[in-house]
Amino acid sequence: MEFSELIRTGRAQAELLRGPGAPPLRGTLCVTGHHLLLSPGPQATSDLWLLLLRSVDSIEKRVAGDSGTITLRCKDLRVLQLDIEGVEATLDIARSIEALSSLESVITSFPFFYRPKGLRLGDAWHFHPPEHHYKRVARETNAWRLSEVNEDFSVCPSYPRAVIVPRAVDDDALARSARFRQGGRFPVLSYHHAPSGTVLLRSSQPLTGPQKRRCAEDEELLRAVLAGARPGARGFIVDTRSAQAAKQARMTGGGTEAKAAYPGWKRLHRPMERGRPLQESFVRLVEACGDLEQSMDRWLSRLEGCRWLAHVKEALSTACLAAQGMEREGACILVHGAEGTDSTLLVTSLAQLILDPLSRTMTGFQELVEREWIQAGHPFQLRCAHSAFSHARPKHEAPTFLLFLDCVWQLGRQFPLSLEFGEGLLLALFEHAYASPFGTFLCNSEKERCLCEVRTRTHSLWSGLNQPKEQRKLRNPLYVLNPLAIWPSVEPQSLRLWQGLFLRWTRPPEPSEAAWEKVWQIVTDKEKTEGSQPTVSASEPQP
Amino acid sequence: MEHIRTTKVEQVKLLDRFSTSNKALTGTLYLTATHLLFIDSHQKETWILHHHIASVEKLALTTSGCPLVIQCKNFRIVHFIVPRERDCHDIYNSLLQLSKQAKYEDLYAFSYNPKQNDSERLRGWQLIDLAEEYKRMGVPNSNWQLSDANREYKICETYPRELYVPRIASKPIIVGSSKFRSKGRFPVLSYYHREKEAAVCRCSQPLSGFSARCLEDEHLLQAISKANPVNRYMYVMDTRPKHRMQSWWATQKDIGRIIVRISSKIWNDEKIRESHEQKRLNAMANRAAGKGYENEDNYSNIRFQFVGIENIHVMRSSLQKLLEVNGTKGLSVNDFYSGLESSGWLRHIKAVMDAAIFLTKAIMIENASVLVHCSDGWDRTSQVCSLGSLLLDSFYRTIRGFMVLIEKDWISFGHKFSERCGHLDSDPKEVSPVFTQFLECVWHLTEQFPQAFEFNEAFLLQIHEHIYSCQFGNFLGNCQKEREELKLKEKTYSLWPFLLDDQKKYLNPLYSPKSQAVAVLEPNTVSFNFKFWRNMYHQFDRTLHPRQSVFSIIMNMNEQNKQLENDIKDLESKIKQHKNKQTDGVLTKELLHSVRPESPTLKTSLCFKEQTLLPVNDALRTIEGSNPADNRYSEYAEEFSKSEPAVVSLEYGVARMTC
Repeated sequence: MEFSELIRTGRAQAELLRGPGAPPLRGTLCVTGHHLLLSPGPQATSDLWLLLLRSVDSIEKRVAGDSGTITLRCKDLRVLQLDIEGVEATLDIARSIEALSSLESVITSFPFFYRPKGLRLGDAWHFHPPEHHYKRVARETNAWRLSEVNEDFSVCPSYPRAVIVPRAVDDDALARSARFRQGGRFPVLSYHHAPSGTVLLRSSQPLTGPQKRRCAEDEELLRAVLAGARPGARGFIVDTRSAQAAKQARMTGGGTEAKAAYPGWKRLHRPMERGRPLQESFVRLVEACGDLEQSMDRWLSRLEGCRWLAHVKEALSTACLAAQGMEREGACILVHGAEGTDSTLLVTSLAQLILDPLSRTMTGFQELVEREWIQAGHPFQLRCAHSAFSHARPKHEAPTFLLFLDCVWQLGRQFPLSLEFGEGLLLALFEHAYASPFGTFLCNSEKERCLCEVRTRTHSLWSGLNQPKEQRKLRNPLYVLNPLAIWPSVEPQSLRLWQGLFLRWTRPPEPSEAAWEKVWQIVTDKEKTEGSQPTVSASEPQP
Repeated sequence: MEHIRTTKVEQVKLLDRFSTSNKALTGTLYLTATHLLFIDSHQKETWILHHHIASVEKLALTTSGCPLVIQCKNFRIVHFIVPRERDCHDIYNSLLQLSKQAKYEDLYAFSYNPKQNDSERLRGWQLIDLAEEYKRMGVPNSNWQLSDANREYKICETYPRELYVPRIASKPIIVGSSKFRSKGRFPVLSYYHREKEAAVCRCSQPLSGFSARCLEDEHLLQAISKANPVNRYMYVMDTRPKHRMQSWWATQKDIGRIIVRISSKIWNDEKIRESHEQKRLNAMANRAAGKGYENEDNYSNIRFQFVGIENIHVMRSSLQKLLEVNGTKGLSVNDFYSGLESSGWLRHIKAVMDAAIFLTKAIMIENASVLVHCSDGWDRTSQVCSLGSLLLDSFYRTIRGFMVLIEKDWISFGHKFSERCGHLDSDPKEVSPVFTQFLECVWHLTEQFPQAFEFNEAFLLQIHEHIYSCQFGNFLGNCQKEREELKLKEKTYSLWPFLLDDQKKYLNPLYSPKSQAVAVLEPNTVSFNFKFWRNMYHQFDRTLHPRQSVFSIIMNMNEQNKQLENDIKDLESKIKQHKNKQTDGVLTKELLHSVRPESPTLKTSLCFKEQTLLPVNDALRTIEGSNPADNRYSEYAEEFSKSEPAVVSLEYGVARMTC
C-alpha cells in the first residue's frame, strides 16, 4: 500500500501522557497507515491504545539528549504528549504522523477500510432519505411535491437527488430558478410546520448583480409558496447578512430579492458571523480554555474577546426569529445568506428544533443532521479540515457545525427534559465531523459522496451510534415528550460556556459523571420498581 | 400603621424588567403593615416584604403615569407605573418609612406569629445546640477545654459566652491576650479536627504598639500550637490582601496596630530602639509586603500566610457594579462579560475559596493548626473558617449541619448581621454582602461536587431570603449579647425548625453521603470553574431561567422509588403474615386495598408542566410556560411590522466598496 512510503519508522519505545486524571502509558509505539498505536508490554494490564491519525490537528516535536517529545493536539481538543526514546525515531515518527494526518484523498481515508464487527456494510445509509421526509410532509399538506430535477446533480451540485418543492412549479422552472441562485441552490422546503400550516425554506442568494436582474421563475416559485400555504399568507426572507453586506454582494454578482419583484415577501437582515472570523473565534476560545494558570480577570476578558458566546446568541436569536415568524405570525420563511450552505443551515435546523417535537427525539435529531446538514450540502470536508489547533492558515475552515451543536446544547440546558438525546450525542457528532472511522461526514455534498461510493464502501455513523451498547452515553435519561415549541432565553445571563466540550480534557470529569450515573440509576430504579409492581399484584390469588 | 396613607391603588402596571417593549401587567397594589402586594388581572400575587426593600425610586412622570422602581435586597427589582402621581407619592413615602426601621422592636420578627405555643417556640430555638456540636467535634478533651472567662461577656462583648481554648491557657493569659486584640477578640477554637488533632482558631488583629509586647498573647499562641500533638507548626492566616496592608501602614500615623504580628518577639527589640520612627514604618511596610521576615527562624513554630480577600467596602461596590451591569436592558454578551470582569465579583469569590482551600490543606496535608484573622475577625474570618470547616467535615454538608455551621461561625461568633444586611436604618457603609459571598462559595462547591451536599440550591436561596427578611430572630442583632438583650428567644421564632419541616424541598436527590471521594472536598479553583450565579442574582427574572427543573423531576422519581419499594416490602410482609395465618394463602380484601389506588406515575405528570426552581409559596416565582413573548428576541417581532430600512444610495455603497 502507498502509505508505507510515508512511514519512516515503524516502531519505537514511548511513554504517553494523556493529561490530568489518566495515568501515563508505556509501551511500543507504532505508526500504521491510519493509526498511531501504543501497545503496552505483555505484562501490562491496560489495552492497546489507538489514535486515528486523521484526528491529529497539529504536531510539535522537541528533542533533547537521546530522546524526544511529540505533542499532538487533536481535532477533538485533546492534547497528548509522547516521550519517545531515540532522536531519529522521534523525528521519523513525527514526520510520518505529519504526512499521514494531512492526506487529502478521500478514498484512501480510514472509513474505506474500517470494517467493525457487528455492523453490516450499507446499513443505515437509507435511514433518512428525502423520500422519507416527503412522506411526512405529504401527510400534512398537498401543496408540495418531491422533484427529481436534480437526479444527476446537474441543476445543483450541492443538493441531493430529490428535493421538495411547491407542487405548482414544474422542473423546468426549477432549473431556471436554479440558474438565478448562487451554486444553483433554488428555494426548497426545509420544514413544514403543520400547526400553523407554514413552511421554512432555504436557498442561496439570488444573482441579481449590479443590474438588478430578475428571474420570473424564481419569483413564481416564491409566489407559489405563499399561495400553497393559505390565501393571503405573508412571507419573510431572513437574510443572514447585514443589509449593507447584502447590497455589496451585488457588485460580485449576488444580491437580494428586490421588494417589488416578490410581492408578499419582506426582507429581514440578521447579520451572522461566518467563515474566518468564526474560525478565529473558535481558535481563541480554545486557546483561553487551555490556560489553567490565568487570573479570573484574564479569563473573563478572553471569554469576552473571543466572542464565541455572542455568536451563539446571534444564531439562537435568528433561529427564534424564524421560528416565531412561522408560529406566531403564520408566515412562510425563506432563509439564505450568500452560498446558503452555512449560516442558512444553522438557522433552519435550529428553528426546527425549537418548533418540532419530532426533531428533538433521538432519531428525529439524527434525521435533522442528515437532512439539514449532510444532504443539504454543508461542505464538511472543507469546513472541518482543521480544528482549533492547526497552524495552517485557515482557507475554508469554519466551525459552523460546532456552533450548531453548541446552540443545541444551550437548548438542552434550558429545557433539560425536552431533548431525547444528551450531551454525549453532541460530543460524538463533534468528534466524528472532524475525524471519523465512519463515512457519514465525508465529502462536501451528495454528489461527491456518490462519486466516491461512500454509501457502499463505508459504514454509516448512524448505524454505529444506534447500537444498543452506545445508548446510555447518548441518551437523556430524563426525556419526556414535550409537544410545545421550546423558546430559549438568549440573554447573556442564560447562555453558558459549553464546558463539557471546551474544557472536556482540562477538568476532572469524575464528579459530574458520577452524578449522571446516579441519575441513570434513579431512572432505571424507577423503571424497575414500576415494572415489579404488577408482579406483586399478579402474585395475589383471586379470591 | 401611621406611615400608611394609601392602602390600595388600582390600575397599576407592573413592567417586565428585561422587556424593551413596554409590555405590562395591570393590577391592584395593596400596602399592608408588613408587605407590599400586587395582584394582577390573572389573580397572580406578588408579595414584597418591606424589610426586603433596599431602595425606592420615583422616576419622572410619564404619559401613562408615575413610575416607581423598587429594588430589593433579594435581588428582585420591580417597576410599577401608578396612574396618579399623588398615589405614587403616598406609596413612595410610606415605603421609605416602612423599609427603614429605627428600632429592632419594629421589625417583622416581633410581630410574626406562625401559631406556635411557647414550648414549641422554645424547642425551635433549642434545635441547634452548639455545646452538642463541640462535643461532636471531640472537645473538650485532654488538650482543649471550655473556658468560662467570657461567661458574663466581660472579656469580649461580641463573642459567645462559651468559648473553647487550649487546656494549658489559664484565665489571666486569656484576659491578657484579649486586651491585645481588637475588640477583645482573642484566639479561640472554631473547629477541631478529631482525626488530625489539629484546630482551626479565630481572632481579630493584634493591637500592639511597637514597643509593647504581649506575653499573654504569645503564650496563648504557644498553647494553641502545643495543643496539636502531631505538628508544632502552626499557620497564622491573615485574610487581608498585602497591598492594602502596605498602604494602610503608609497612612497610619498612630502605629497602634500590627497586622501579622503575633507578638513583639517577632521584632528584634535592639534594632527597634536604635531605629528611627520613620525607618520602623518602612520596615513594617516591608514586613507587611512579605519582605524581611528574617525572624521566622526564631519563631519556627509559626508561619504567616496572607490571603487576599478585600474588605467590606470593596465587596459592596463590587456587587453594586455587578447588579448594574445585569440590570441593563438589551445587554450584549460582550458587555455582560466585560461587566462581570470589571465588577471583580468572581475574583473575590475565588479569593475566599482559595483561602479556605489553604486552610484545609494546612490541616489535611501538614497536620498543622491554623489561626485565622482579618481586622475585627467577624467578616472574612467567618467566611474562611466556615468554608474551611465545610470542606473538611461532611457533617456541615447536611441540612442540619449547615445550620449548625451558620450558627457557630456566623451567628455565635458575632458576624454583624444587622449591620451587614442593613436591618435597621443605620450606616450604609456597614452594609456588605459578606454572607452572600459565603453562600455563593457553597453554591460553587455544590456545582463542582453535585453529590456531596444533602441540600440543594433552593436551600441556599431560602437562607439568603431570610437573612434579610427579619421574619425570624436568628439573624437579628450583631452579636449574642445583643440578641439576649433583645430577648429574641422569647419574642421571635427561629428559622431552622421551619426549614427542617420543609426539608423535602431542599433535598439534593443526588446526595451520596457514603462516597469516600467526597470526605474532604478539594475544589479546583481554575478560573473557568467560577460561573455567574444566575439563580441568585436573577432569581425573580423568570424569563432567564431554564424552563424545566432536573432536580425536581429526579426528586419525584426518587420519592416514587422509595414509595414503591415500601409498598413492595409492605405487601411482602403481609403476604408472609397471611401465609403464616392461613396455610392456604388466601388473601383478604384488606390486602387488595392496601395497594395504592392511584398509580404513582399518574401523580407526576411532569411532562409539560414547567417546574419551579425555588420551593416558595408566592406565586410569582413559578416559572411560567415558555412563551416567545417572554424573551427578548420577541422584540424582533416588531421588525415583522416595521417598514424596510431606507435604501442606502448607490454612491454610498460604491464608495464603501472602493475604499
